[in-house]
Amino acid sequence: MGSDPFLPYSSKDAVVCRGIGKTWAIDTPRAHEALRDVDLDIRPGEFVVLLGPSGCGKSTLLYLIAGLEAQTSGQIWSFHDEVTTPSPDRSLIFQETSLFPWLAVWQNVSFGLSIRGVPLKERRAVARDALSRVGLVEAMDKRPDELSGGMRQRVAVARALAMRPKVLLMDEPFAALDVQTRAKMQDFLLDVWRDSGASVLFVTHSIDEAVALADRVVVFTSRPGRIKTIVPIDLPRPRDPFSPQCEALRRLLTEELRGEVDRAFAEQEALARTG
Amino acid sequence: MSGDSVAGRLSAPRAGAWARLSPRSRAALARIGWGIASVGMFAGIWELLWAIGVADARLLPPPHIFLGNIPDQARFFNTAQRWQIGVDASAGPSPLGAVGITVAATSMRVFVGLGIAAVLSVTLGVLIRYFTLLEKLTLPTITLLSPVSPIAWLPVAIFMFGIGNAPAIFMVVIALFFHMVLSTISQIDGVNRNLINVARTMGASKRQVYGRVIIPAILPQMLIVLRLNLFASWMVVLIAESTGVGFGLGQVIMLARNTFNPSLVFFTIALIGLLGFLSDLVLRQLQRRLLYWVPEATGVLRGL
Ligand SMILES: Nc1ncnc2c1ncn2[C@@H]1O[C@H](COP(=O)(O)OP(=O)(O)OP(=O)(O)O)[C@@H](O)[C@H]1O
Ligand SMILES: [Mg+2]
Repeated sequence: MGSDPFLPYSSKDAVVCRGIGKTWAIDTPRAHEALRDVDLDIRPGEFVVLLGPSGCGKSTLLYLIAGLEAQTSGQIWSFHDEVTTPSPDRSLIFQETSLFPWLAVWQNVSFGLSIRGVPLKERRAVARDALSRVGLVEAMDKRPDELSGGMRQRVAVARALAMRPKVLLMDEPFAALDVQTRAKMQDFLLDVWRDSGASVLFVTHSIDEAVALADRVVVFTSRPGRIKTIVPIDLPRPRDPFSPQCEALRRLLTEELRGEVDRAFAEQEALARTG
Repeated sequence: MSGDSVAGRLSAPRAGAWARLSPRSRAALARIGWGIASVGMFAGIWELLWAIGVADARLLPPPHIFLGNIPDQARFFNTAQRWQIGVDASAGPSPLGAVGITVAATSMRVFVGLGIAAVLSVTLGVLIRYFTLLEKLTLPTITLLSPVSPIAWLPVAIFMFGIGNAPAIFMVVIALFFHMVLSTISQIDGVNRNLINVARTMGASKRQVYGRVIIPAILPQMLIVLRLNLFASWMVVLIAESTGVGFGLGQVIMLARNTFNPSLVFFTIALIGLLGFLSDLVLRQLQRRLLYWVPEATGVLRGL
């Protein structure tokens, strides 16, 4: 499809954000600016990592792109459509575990299919397939509260994959995992990403994780979140974390982030003092 | 040596029986044991006060007196039929049968009222959150009426339904309805946003979000609310019955009061307590069956 001359972007892009701003609780005394003037394009099949200090609006940006909240200014498109409501094409994996406690693991994974009225047999097959990709077929018939925190997060990943989304939005999905499981999950995510051809927008606090995964790392400023720099990483995967290139990238990202984290802390302290 | 083996033979099967029980039934038995010990302790104190002459048997008859002659107490459990003009006082069911009928009638009113109240209030609560217009039209009135004491509704019950089962059931429903609507609404507002958002990102419609996420998510709390209200409905049903609904435990209490019969009062209180306990047990079982995913919480506090 050719690009539409009336659109300010290429309709081939997976996500296009133009001048995005978000103020929570706008028009109230508790108004709170989380994002300001964010321009970000994500190409189809691209792996983008968002890195920024706590509270800078990373989750907020994912919510806006998922269509769960409305931005206060700017516009968001995904492929040919403007984002106004949620869509199964854009799956969001939440920062906190969010499995339905009353459903078995496989029912959680195939929840989106049951919404569409897919017959039970097919749902179970899809769930089995998605769970096998996260190594949890055994836990298929268990209930979420019988799983460990890391297993629950893997189920959440399987649930998002079962929807075959074009854009996968991931909010610190592996933050609660131990280092080894985390490394395994990263490898697995890269496999899935290559297979599915989906675009990934991945939020993390971990510079190591960003360096291991990203095509591009987007560094945010402290609140209100703006894009500070975008660091492209043009290294083949799997990447050796101890290679000189990765060392250099880590140093660069650490430098970029340090000032922002300090500023975020100073601001939060000032807020606490004024009450 | 022979004594040893006798003791061994005596205790071995008993220990075996205890060990063979499943942990769950062992816990249940232990709970029953503690229940008996608790009630027994208070009954014992009461008996002691009677034995040393502090409690007057005519005003505060101890348990062995008011439970001592059950057929004697059961005489007073006249079913409505036996009070009717032209019916001989000895006609109708036996005294124990009359107790059974009375207990069944009162329990039926409690459970029917509870069921109607639960269905109506959860339905209305969900509809109120679903349709904003309905909220604006009904919520102010519901909030206004919820603090009204059920006793104030008693005359209304009699105006509307006369005597019989209907006014007693109405009283139970009205006593629970308003604040169960309010509590349904606050449960809905407390549902984890992430769960709702997950369903929304998967393309769930508003109806699907309500049916597949919100209702299952509020069920556990609603059943707890129902259990807490069970006791309130027992209280309300006694009030309704004491004002001439026909027959029932409330009527027996009234009779005992009017004829100054403390033995009968305490006998009825004991009966009501037992019924309340049993019906709570029934609801707890129901809760366990229905809410298989809610872990049992009591263990968390043990050993603190
Ligand atoms: N629903 C909400 N209502 C009001 N304010 C909110 C809401 N969600 C987030 N905020 C505010 O917006 C700002 C950005 O929050 P956000 O959750 O996007 O940060 P974050 O970058 O994801 O932080 P973290 O790394 O700690 O998860 C915060 O200051 C937060 O207080
Ligand atoms: Mg966040």
